[in-house]
Amino acid sequence: MIGIIALVVGVLVGLWLDPTVPEWVQPYLPIAVVAALDAVLGGLRARLDGIFDGKVFVVSFVSNVVIAALIVLLGDELGVGAQLSTAVVVVLGIRIFANAAAIRRHLFGA
Amino acid sequence: MPRIKLATVLIAVLCLALGLAIATQVRRTNSGDSLADQRPQDLVVLLDGLQQREAALRKEIAEAEAALTRLRASGDTSAAALAEARRRADALAVLAGTAAAAGPGLEIEVTDPQGGVAPSDLLDAVQELRAAGAEAVQVGDVRIGVDSAFTGSTGEIVLDGVRLAAPLTVLAIGDPPTMAAALNIPGGVVDTVERAGGGVRITQRDRVDITALRTIRTPQYARPAG
Repeated sequence: MIGIIALVVGVLVGLWLDPTVPEWVQPYLPIAVVAALDAVLGGLRARLDGIFDGKVFVVSFVSNVVIAALIVLLGDELGVGAQLSTAVVVVLGIRIFANAAAIRRHLFGA
Repeated sequence: MPRIKLATVLIAVLCLALGLAIATQVRRTNSGDSLADQRPQDLVVLLDGLQQREAALRKEIAEAEAALTRLRASGDTSAAALAEARRRADALAVLAGTAAAAGPGLEIEVTDPQGGVAPSDLLDAVQELRAAGAEAVQVGDVRIGVDSAFTGSTGEIVLDGVRLAAPLTVLAIGDPPTMAAALNIPGGVVDTVERAGGGVRITQRDRVDITALRTIRTPQYARPAG
């Protein structure tokens, strides 16, 4: 619950403050957002499954973001940044869909 | 208990950061400056595509300009040909008698109180005028053309099916002194008509208007050959 409230507050604050993104973060921000969304949906699913653990959530969130950013960084260094970004987004997208499906089954029973 | 508290705080902080990041990213994407945060490789690909497109468009421009030049040139030549054809058509129309003509020439009045003027006398007159360079001739209300013919008999002259009544006016466009001299030579047209009891009065004019027209006759037997 706290997470959702914080999320909404974050969106509002972001819209209100309109912070500037540092140059070096710019390529990684979209990927990091997708990775974090995956972690949040995973956490929501775990909570509905009744196996939510704050520590696991925090660790998975941070590691998701860091790993996604690292993969993109590595891709950029190797010259395949665009393709690796696509790969990361595809994989995370699939996971988001899977988590969303699980959540849907919990909420609607179908 | 403190550990759970710490986790909750961390969750809140992370979710806050996520919301912030989402809002920022959406803002940035909507701001439209999409080139600024693209990778160099992508930018190179974009630039390459744009350059290829530019080259293709430049080629298209060159082709269109060449076509324009070509069409302009052909337009010029066809316009010149059209003007030339129009000039020749005008000249031929005057010769064939299908167009009115004006210019310096003679006004010849032929009187025939005794009815003694023969068709051959008028034919001689037209013949003399032509020999003297007349370019357009009108006898009475009839324009002389390539197929004109004098028929009838003495005192009842018919030209191209039209009966000519004396006194008769003959109009001719050409060099007035030359034509007048041609008619006045001893034993010429003037002499002949006067001998037949008629009279001829020749007036040289700076401007003679020949307005009678002939209709174009489509040849029935003759066909262009060669």
